Amino acid sequence: MASPLKLDGKIALVTGASRGIGAAIATALAGTGAKLALTAQTLDDVTRLAEALKKKHGADCLVHAGDVADAASVQALYKQIFDRFGRLDILAANAGILGDGLLGMLPEKDIRRTLDTNILGTINHLQQAARLMRRNKSGSIIITSSIIGRAGNKGQVVYAASKAALIGAALSAAKELGPDGIRVNAIAPGMIETDMTKHLSAEICKERLSNIALGRFGTPDEVADVALFLASDLARYVTGQVIGIDGGMVI
Amino acid sequence: MSNQTKLMHCFREAFALPADASVDGMTYQKDPVWDSVAHMRLVAGIETAFGIMFTTDQILDMSSFVKAREIVGQHGVTLEA
Repeated sequence: MASPLKLDGKIALVTGASRGIGAAIATALAGTGAKLALTAQTLDDVTRLAEALKKKHGADCLVHAGDVADAASVQALYKQIFDRFGRLDILAANAGILGDGLLGMLPEKDIRRTLDTNILGTINHLQQAARLMRRNKSGSIIITSSIIGRAGNKGQVVYAASKAALIGAALSAAKELGPDGIRVNAIAPGMIETDMTKHLSAEICKERLSNIALGRFGTPDEVADVALFLASDLARYVTGQVIGIDGGMVI
Repeated sequence: MSNQTKLMHCFREAFALPADASVDGMTYQKDPVWDSVAHMRLVAGIETAFGIMFTTDQILDMSSFVKAREIVGQHGVTLEA
Protein backbone atom coordinates (compact mmCIF):
# COMPACT_ATOMS: atom_id res chain seq x y z
CA MET A 1 0.00 0.00 0.00
CA ALA A 2 1.36 3.42 -0.91
CA SER A 3 2.38 5.57 2.05
CA PRO A 4 0.05 8.51 2.73
CA LEU A 5 3.21 10.57 3.09
CA LYS A 6 3.78 10.25 -0.67
CA LEU A 7 7.53 10.77 -0.39
CA ASP A 8 8.44 7.94 -2.75
CA GLY A 9 11.02 9.24 -5.23
CA LYS A 10 11.35 12.62 -3.54
CA ILE A 11 14.90 13.95 -3.16
CA ALA A 12 15.81 14.76 0.43
CA LEU A 13 18.97 16.23 1.93
CA VAL A 14 19.72 15.63 5.59
CA THR A 15 22.55 17.52 7.28
CA GLY A 16 24.19 16.17 10.40
CA ALA A 17 23.00 12.80 9.17
CA SER A 18 25.58 10.52 10.72
CA ARG A 19 23.90 10.01 14.08
CA GLY A 20 21.14 10.98 16.49
CA ILE A 21 18.19 12.94 15.14
CA GLY A 22 19.78 13.37 11.70
CA ALA A 23 20.29 9.64 11.25
CA ALA A 24 16.74 8.99 12.43
CA ILE A 25 15.31 11.48 9.93
CA ALA A 26 17.41 9.94 7.15
CA THR A 27 16.25 6.46 8.11
CA ALA A 28 12.61 7.51 8.25
CA LEU A 29 12.85 9.20 4.85
CA ALA A 30 14.53 6.15 3.34
CA GLY A 31 11.66 4.04 4.66
CA THR A 32 9.20 6.08 2.61
CA GLY A 33 11.12 5.55 -0.62
CA ALA A 34 12.79 8.96 -0.75
CA LYS A 35 16.19 9.32 -2.40
CA LEU A 36 18.75 10.80 -0.08
CA ALA A 37 21.72 13.10 0.07
CA LEU A 38 23.42 12.67 3.42
CA THR A 39 26.06 14.97 4.79
CA ALA A 40 28.08 15.04 7.98
CA GLN A 41 31.50 16.10 9.14
CA THR A 42 33.12 12.75 8.49
CA LEU A 43 32.58 10.52 5.51
CA ASP A 44 32.96 7.21 7.33
CA ASP A 45 29.91 7.61 9.55
CA VAL A 46 27.63 8.86 6.84
CA THR A 47 28.82 6.19 4.41
CA ARG A 48 28.01 3.51 6.97
CA LEU A 49 24.50 4.90 7.33
CA ALA A 50 24.03 5.09 3.57
CA GLU A 51 25.10 1.47 3.18
CA ALA A 52 22.70 0.39 5.91
CA LEU A 53 19.83 2.31 4.31
CA LYS A 54 20.61 0.86 0.92
CA LYS A 55 20.59 -2.65 2.37
CA LYS A 56 17.40 -2.18 4.39
CA HIS A 57 15.34 0.06 2.10
CA GLY A 58 17.17 0.01 -1.23
CA ALA A 59 17.72 3.72 -0.73
CA ASP A 60 19.61 5.64 -3.39
CA CYS A 61 22.04 7.75 -1.34
CA LEU A 62 24.57 10.42 -2.20
CA VAL A 63 27.07 10.90 0.61
CA HIS A 64 29.09 14.00 1.37
CA ALA A 65 31.40 15.14 4.14
CA GLY A 66 32.09 18.75 4.97
CA ASP A 67 31.70 21.63 7.35
CA VAL A 68 28.26 23.24 7.05
CA ALA A 69 29.85 26.59 7.87
CA ASP A 70 32.01 26.35 4.74
CA ALA A 71 29.92 27.97 2.03
CA ALA A 72 32.04 26.55 -0.79
CA SER A 73 31.67 23.01 0.52
CA VAL A 74 27.92 23.45 0.86
CA GLN A 75 27.64 24.85 -2.65
CA ALA A 76 29.65 21.93 -4.01
CA LEU A 77 27.23 19.54 -2.32
CA TYR A 78 24.23 21.17 -4.03
CA LYS A 79 26.00 20.94 -7.36
CA GLN A 80 26.42 17.21 -6.72
CA ILE A 81 22.74 16.90 -5.83
CA PHE A 82 21.77 18.79 -8.97
CA ASP A 83 24.05 16.64 -11.15
CA ARG A 84 22.86 13.37 -9.60
CA PHE A 85 19.16 13.98 -8.98
CA GLY A 86 18.33 17.17 -10.90
CA ARG A 87 16.31 18.66 -8.07
CA LEU A 88 15.75 18.87 -4.32
CA ASP A 89 12.38 18.43 -2.61
CA ILE A 90 13.22 18.26 1.09
CA LEU A 91 15.92 19.74 3.28
CA ALA A 92 16.27 18.60 6.88
CA ALA A 93 18.74 21.17 8.18
CA ASN A 94 19.73 19.34 11.29
CA ALA A 95 23.48 19.79 11.72
CA GLY A 96 24.33 21.42 15.00
CA ILE A 97 26.58 21.30 18.01
CA LEU A 98 26.14 21.96 21.69
CA GLY A 99 28.10 24.78 23.29
CA ASP A 100 27.57 24.79 27.03
CA GLY A 101 29.26 27.13 29.49
CA LEU A 102 28.49 29.78 32.06
CA LEU A 103 28.73 33.46 31.23
CA GLY A 104 32.22 34.70 31.91
CA MET A 105 33.67 31.32 31.01
CA LEU A 106 32.93 31.19 27.30
CA PRO A 107 36.03 31.22 25.08
CA GLU A 108 35.46 33.29 21.96
CA LYS A 109 36.55 30.45 19.70
CA ASP A 110 33.91 28.17 21.22
CA ILE A 111 31.23 30.83 20.81
CA ARG A 112 32.17 31.33 17.18
CA ARG A 113 32.29 27.60 16.50
CA THR A 114 28.79 27.09 17.86
CA LEU A 115 27.34 30.10 16.06
CA ASP A 116 29.13 29.23 12.82
CA THR A 117 27.93 25.64 12.80
CA ASN A 118 24.41 26.21 14.02
CA ILE A 119 23.50 29.52 12.39
CA LEU A 120 25.85 30.13 9.47
CA GLY A 121 25.76 26.45 8.53
CA THR A 122 21.98 26.38 8.44
CA ILE A 123 21.76 29.61 6.47
CA ASN A 124 24.30 28.30 3.96
CA HIS A 125 21.99 25.35 3.37
CA LEU A 126 18.86 27.50 3.29
CA GLN A 127 20.38 29.64 0.55
CA GLN A 128 21.35 26.75 -1.67
CA ALA A 129 18.20 24.70 -1.05
CA ALA A 130 15.99 27.66 -1.88
CA ARG A 131 17.70 27.98 -5.23
CA LEU A 132 17.10 24.37 -6.22
CA MET A 133 13.56 24.27 -4.84
CA ARG A 134 12.54 27.51 -6.55
CA ARG A 135 13.05 25.82 -9.89
CA ASN A 136 10.21 23.40 -9.18
CA LYS A 137 8.08 25.86 -7.22
CA SER A 138 7.85 23.39 -4.36
CA GLY A 139 9.79 22.05 -1.43
CA SER A 140 9.83 21.57 2.30
CA ILE A 141 12.56 22.75 4.62
CA ILE A 142 12.70 21.53 8.20
CA ILE A 143 15.12 23.29 10.50
CA THR A 144 16.13 21.65 13.76
CA SER A 145 15.94 24.27 16.48
CA SER A 146 15.52 23.33 20.14
CA ILE A 147 13.34 23.90 23.15
CA ILE A 148 16.39 25.76 24.48
CA GLY A 149 16.01 28.26 21.65
CA ARG A 150 12.45 28.99 22.73
CA ALA A 151 12.78 28.90 26.52
CA GLY A 152 16.48 29.44 27.24
CA ASN A 153 18.47 27.56 29.84
CA LYS A 154 21.19 28.42 32.31
CA GLY A 155 24.65 27.53 31.06
CA GLN A 156 23.47 27.49 27.45
CA VAL A 157 23.50 31.12 26.38
CA VAL A 158 25.36 30.49 23.14
CA TYR A 159 23.47 27.33 22.20
CA ALA A 160 20.15 29.02 23.04
CA ALA A 161 21.10 32.08 20.99
CA SER A 162 22.01 29.91 18.03
CA LYS A 163 18.81 27.87 18.20
CA ALA A 164 16.65 30.99 18.70
CA ALA A 165 18.32 32.44 15.61
CA LEU A 166 17.18 29.41 13.65
CA ILE A 167 13.58 30.11 14.61
CA GLY A 168 13.95 33.62 13.24
CA ALA A 169 15.54 32.21 10.11
CA ALA A 170 12.71 29.69 9.65
CA LEU A 171 9.98 32.29 10.12
CA SER A 172 11.64 34.71 7.71
CA ALA A 173 12.42 32.08 5.10
CA ALA A 174 8.82 30.86 5.26
CA LYS A 175 7.63 34.34 4.34
CA GLU A 176 10.24 34.79 1.64
CA LEU A 177 9.86 31.39 0.01
CA GLY A 178 6.10 30.85 0.44
CA PRO A 179 5.26 32.58 -2.85
CA ASP A 180 7.53 30.04 -4.55
CA GLY A 181 5.61 27.12 -3.04
CA ILE A 182 8.37 26.29 -0.55
CA ARG A 183 7.37 25.60 3.05
CA VAL A 184 9.76 26.24 5.92
CA ASN A 185 9.17 25.02 9.45
CA ALA A 186 11.27 24.52 12.55
CA ILE A 187 11.17 21.67 14.99
CA ALA A 188 12.11 22.26 18.60
CA PRO A 189 13.06 18.99 20.28
CA GLY A 190 13.29 18.80 24.05
CA MET A 191 15.28 16.13 25.85
CA ILE A 192 16.02 13.51 23.23
CA GLU A 193 18.20 10.46 23.82
CA THR A 194 21.20 11.19 21.59
CA ASP A 195 24.99 11.37 21.81
CA MET A 196 24.55 15.06 22.63
CA THR A 197 22.66 14.26 25.83
CA LYS A 198 24.62 11.16 26.90
CA HIS A 199 27.07 13.24 28.91
CA LEU A 200 24.42 14.46 31.34
CA SER A 201 24.79 13.28 34.94
CA ALA A 202 22.17 11.07 36.60
CA GLU A 203 21.26 13.99 38.82
CA ILE A 204 20.58 16.30 35.88
CA CYS A 205 18.65 13.56 34.07
CA LYS A 206 16.41 13.12 37.12
CA GLU A 207 15.81 16.85 37.36
CA ARG A 208 15.00 17.11 33.66
CA LEU A 209 12.61 14.16 33.80
CA SER A 210 10.67 15.84 36.60
CA ASN A 211 9.99 18.72 34.19
CA ILE A 212 8.59 16.55 31.40
CA ALA A 213 4.83 15.93 31.45
CA LEU A 214 5.14 12.59 29.66
CA GLY A 215 7.75 11.49 32.21
CA ARG A 216 10.42 10.28 29.82
CA PHE A 217 12.99 11.52 27.33
CA GLY A 218 12.08 11.43 23.66
CA THR A 219 13.74 9.31 21.02
CA PRO A 220 15.27 10.40 17.72
CA ASP A 221 12.57 8.38 15.94
CA GLU A 222 9.88 10.49 17.58
CA VAL A 223 11.53 13.62 16.23
CA ALA A 224 11.91 12.00 12.81
CA ASP A 225 8.17 11.26 12.70
CA VAL A 226 7.37 14.95 13.01
CA ALA A 227 9.99 15.80 10.40
CA LEU A 228 8.38 13.27 8.04
CA PHE A 229 4.99 14.89 8.54
CA LEU A 230 6.42 18.32 7.78
CA ALA A 231 8.26 16.99 4.74
CA SER A 232 5.12 15.42 3.33
CA ASP A 233 2.03 16.75 1.62
CA LEU A 234 0.11 16.02 4.81
CA ALA A 235 1.62 19.32 5.97
CA ARG A 236 0.99 21.08 2.64
CA TYR A 237 -0.66 24.07 4.37
CA VAL A 238 1.82 24.27 7.22
CA THR A 239 4.61 26.82 6.99
CA GLY A 240 6.33 29.28 9.31
CA GLN A 241 5.65 27.10 12.37
CA VAL A 242 7.79 25.96 15.25
CA ILE A 243 6.71 22.50 16.37
CA GLY A 244 7.77 21.47 19.86
CA ILE A 245 8.69 17.81 20.30
CA ASP A 246 9.33 17.82 23.99
CA GLY A 247 6.80 15.62 25.78
CA GLY A 248 5.37 18.68 27.48
CA MET A 249 8.68 19.84 28.92
CA VAL A 250 8.88 22.98 31.02
CA ILE A 251 12.19 24.75 31.52
CA MET B 1 15.78 27.64 -30.23
CA SER B 2 19.25 29.24 -30.10
CA ASN B 3 20.91 29.77 -26.74
CA GLN B 4 20.71 33.55 -27.19
CA THR B 5 16.96 33.29 -27.79
CA LYS B 6 16.66 30.94 -24.84
CA LEU B 7 18.39 33.47 -22.57
CA MET B 8 16.17 36.28 -23.80
CA HIS B 9 13.15 34.10 -23.13
CA CYS B 10 14.36 33.58 -19.54
CA PHE B 11 14.52 37.35 -19.05
CA ARG B 12 11.06 37.92 -20.50
CA GLU B 13 9.57 35.15 -18.42
CA ALA B 14 11.24 36.25 -15.15
CA PHE B 15 10.08 39.83 -15.61
CA ALA B 16 6.70 38.99 -17.15
CA LEU B 17 7.50 40.94 -20.32
CA PRO B 18 5.80 40.54 -23.71
CA ALA B 19 7.34 38.07 -26.14
CA ASP B 20 8.74 40.83 -28.33
CA ALA B 21 10.17 42.99 -25.50
CA SER B 22 13.78 44.06 -25.87
CA VAL B 23 15.88 42.75 -23.00
CA ASP B 24 19.47 43.14 -24.14
CA GLY B 25 19.84 46.59 -22.53
CA MET B 26 18.32 45.61 -19.20
CA THR B 27 20.16 46.40 -15.96
CA TYR B 28 19.54 45.14 -12.41
CA GLN B 29 17.60 47.61 -10.26
CA LYS B 30 17.65 50.30 -12.96
CA ASP B 31 14.79 48.59 -14.75
CA PRO B 32 11.86 48.73 -12.30
CA VAL B 33 10.83 45.12 -13.02
CA TRP B 34 14.31 43.77 -12.21
CA ASP B 35 14.25 43.84 -8.42
CA SER B 36 15.86 41.33 -6.05
CA VAL B 37 12.84 38.99 -6.04
CA ALA B 38 12.72 38.95 -9.83
CA HIS B 39 16.48 38.47 -9.86
CA MET B 40 16.21 35.17 -7.99
CA ARG B 41 13.38 34.15 -10.35
CA LEU B 42 15.66 34.96 -13.27
CA VAL B 43 18.51 32.93 -11.76
CA ALA B 44 16.23 29.91 -11.31
CA GLY B 45 14.92 30.29 -14.86
CA ILE B 46 18.37 30.50 -16.46
CA GLU B 47 19.76 27.63 -14.37
CA THR B 48 16.83 25.44 -15.34
CA ALA B 49 16.90 26.40 -19.01
CA PHE B 50 20.60 25.66 -19.40
CA GLY B 51 20.99 22.91 -16.77
CA ILE B 52 23.67 24.83 -14.90
CA MET B 53 24.26 26.14 -11.36
CA PHE B 54 25.67 29.57 -10.70
CA THR B 55 28.01 30.33 -7.84
CA THR B 56 26.84 32.89 -5.29
CA ASP B 57 29.36 35.37 -6.68
CA GLN B 58 27.95 34.90 -10.17
CA ILE B 59 24.42 35.53 -8.90
CA LEU B 60 25.55 38.75 -7.27
CA ASP B 61 27.56 39.70 -10.34
CA MET B 62 24.74 39.19 -12.86
CA SER B 63 23.76 42.82 -13.13
CA SER B 64 22.76 43.10 -16.78
CA PHE B 65 21.76 41.04 -19.77
CA VAL B 66 25.27 41.43 -21.15
CA LYS B 67 26.75 40.17 -17.87
CA ALA B 68 24.29 37.28 -17.82
CA ARG B 69 25.49 36.27 -21.28
CA GLU B 70 29.07 36.31 -20.05
CA ILE B 71 28.30 34.26 -16.94
CA VAL B 72 26.24 31.68 -18.80
CA GLY B 73 29.16 31.42 -21.22
CA GLN B 74 31.45 30.61 -18.28
CA HIS B 75 29.43 27.40 -17.87
CA GLY B 76 30.39 26.18 -21.33
CA VAL B 77 27.25 27.42 -23.06
CA THR B 78 27.93 28.97 -26.44
CA LEU B 79 25.83 32.06 -27.08
CA GLU B 80 25.46 33.39 -30.59
CA ALA B 81 26.31 37.05 -31.21
